[in-house]
Amino acid sequence: MALLSKKDSKLVLDPLADNNPITIQVLGICSALAITAELKAAVVMALSVLFVLSMGNVAISLLRNIIPSKIRIIVQLVVVAALVIIVDQVLKAFAYELSKTLSVFVGLIITNCIIMGRFEAFALGNGPKKAFLDGIGNALGYGIILVIVGFFRELLGSGTLFGFKVLGDPVTKTGLYSIGYENNGFMIIPPAALIVLGIIIWVQRSKNRALIEEA
Amino acid sequence: MKEKLHQLKQKYEGKKMAPAFNALHTFLYTPNETTHSGAHVRGADDLKRTMNTVILALVPCLIFGMFNAGYQQYSAINGFPENFSLFDDFLTWSNFLVGLTTILPLVIVSYGIGLGIEFLFAVIKGHEVEEGYLVTGMLVPLIIPVDTPLWMLAIAVAFGVIIGKEVFGGTGMNILNPALTIRAFLFFAYPTWMSGDKVWVHGAKAGLTQAGSTDAISGETVLGALAQGSSHLSFSVSDMFYGFIPGSVGETSKILILLGALFLIFSKIASWRIIVSGVLGSLAMGLIFNGIVDAGWLPTYSKFYTLMSFPYWQHLLVGGLAFGIVFMATDPVTGSQTNRGKWIYGFLIGFMSVMIRVFNPGYPEGVFLAILLMNVFAPTIDHYVVRGNIKKRLRRLKTATIYPQASDEVDSLKTETA
Repeated sequence: MALLSKKDSKLVLDPLADNNPITIQVLGICSALAITAELKAAVVMALSVLFVLSMGNVAISLLRNIIPSKIRIIVQLVVVAALVIIVDQVLKAFAYELSKTLSVFVGLIITNCIIMGRFEAFALGNGPKKAFLDGIGNALGYGIILVIVGFFRELLGSGTLFGFKVLGDPVTKTGLYSIGYENNGFMIIPPAALIVLGIIIWVQRSKNRALIEEA
Repeated sequence: MKEKLHQLKQKYEGKKMAPAFNALHTFLYTPNETTHSGAHVRGADDLKRTMNTVILALVPCLIFGMFNAGYQQYSAINGFPENFSLFDDFLTWSNFLVGLTTILPLVIVSYGIGLGIEFLFAVIKGHEVEEGYLVTGMLVPLIIPVDTPLWMLAIAVAFGVIIGKEVFGGTGMNILNPALTIRAFLFFAYPTWMSGDKVWVHGAKAGLTQAGSTDAISGETVLGALAQGSSHLSFSVSDMFYGFIPGSVGETSKILILLGALFLIFSKIASWRIIVSGVLGSLAMGLIFNGIVDAGWLPTYSKFYTLMSFPYWQHLLVGGLAFGIVFMATDPVTGSQTNRGKWIYGFLIGFMSVMIRVFNPGYPEGVFLAILLMNVFAPTIDHYVVRGNIKKRLRRLKTATIYPQASDEVDSLKTETA
């Protein structure tokens, strides 16, 4: 990429796969379990985190030299909280139904370990451009996993994708349902997300054996 | 034949498919290779013998299940026979045929998919196929309703074998009982096929009707009826004991389960401690519930009233409690290993089975959930039993008079156990 130097593009691309915040660092599992029963919610959650993490990273990076290190966690929390409130209000204004499904989990972005983790580990020690790219990369890495999990859970659990009945109608028995197919109720409940996530981690590690930790 | 297979084995040595071939080979014959050096004792009770013994104990339940499937269907259509006779009403060819055509496919799918996955993993990982699935594959058709669609079973078996067993490292490494994992998956994924009054009789879900009327047939398990609050049961205690009641395929006949249990105990395959303590646990919980009802603490309009006032010993006669305690809780891999641990483990399984059974709002049965829960806790129980033993011995050491270098021994023992 001509737009970004090699080092910078690594900041964006690394968290997508080999240093993924969910599958490798195992952070942010809570929200991955809670809101991935529907693809739509997963996408909105991913976008919200993208906004909060990239903007927050920039803000913290700009402030990094004037934040007294003793109160840095509080400052970080104020920044996240401000951004999360913006996201929450925008959702309530323009996508009220969706904000109800996401309910408390938008607010809980504040406690998402990925965000505090990036602030602490990256934004406090790097310039705003790098911090921005790092935020984008990590949020996308988070989002990708959310969308993959959401895709399988919604498809197998409800037979829909973004609310569209891709497998036919279970009530009037069209499509796959006419030959006796039924939705898998297990996929709707949160433990299924853990298992789908586990399978993703399994696939990823068996493709790239360097990721397997020493036992 | 045997010689030919040995020759074939030489040919396949080191090839990719070798484990798959060896599995079939050793299934029929003893391998032609033996250890050459040193003294070895060859035990006759290898893994394969163990597995086959359990299967042998399960076969009566399976055969009975086939007859019962036909009997339940016939009775649902024509009404239960007035003067029940074992040979005219139950052990008939037509009953057996209904059972055979519905249950045999379940067995075939269970073994086909499960063993297929085992072979696949053996070939990929390059280790030998283990016999662990032989029992699981037999248990699975026995703990599900007769009308479970085959594709659901196939998915559940794949899930149970891969997620429940292979990811942990295969036979002997699994935390959860694979057969129960399969059942739990079915239960949570397709609850309408695993509970209610339409799944226990073959054809009820498909809309079979009663003779001479347009009413659809149905059949409720005893527990299902109790959970609905009907205290008047259509089955007598002896029906429950002999197993002429609706239920999962192999769980109904308590007398055959009892025979299986005795067989397993005397062949020393299953732990009698787990079985006895499991029975005690369920009786204890049942007694507590009965006591609460007798003391008048529970109003009669409570939705738990009928299940809680159900005589404590009859809990063992209905549902899958007896089957679970005898054939699932005694799984040597997922259960506790220490003797005292087995008592605790079994007791809690029985205790919690009855508790979940009574309080589960969606489904009046809890044996599989209780056993899975205790599977998770089994290593913890063992851990504390072992710690307890160590502590006791250390205490004994303190008061004991030890003749050579007492102080050294205490220290080295302490570092060993710290």
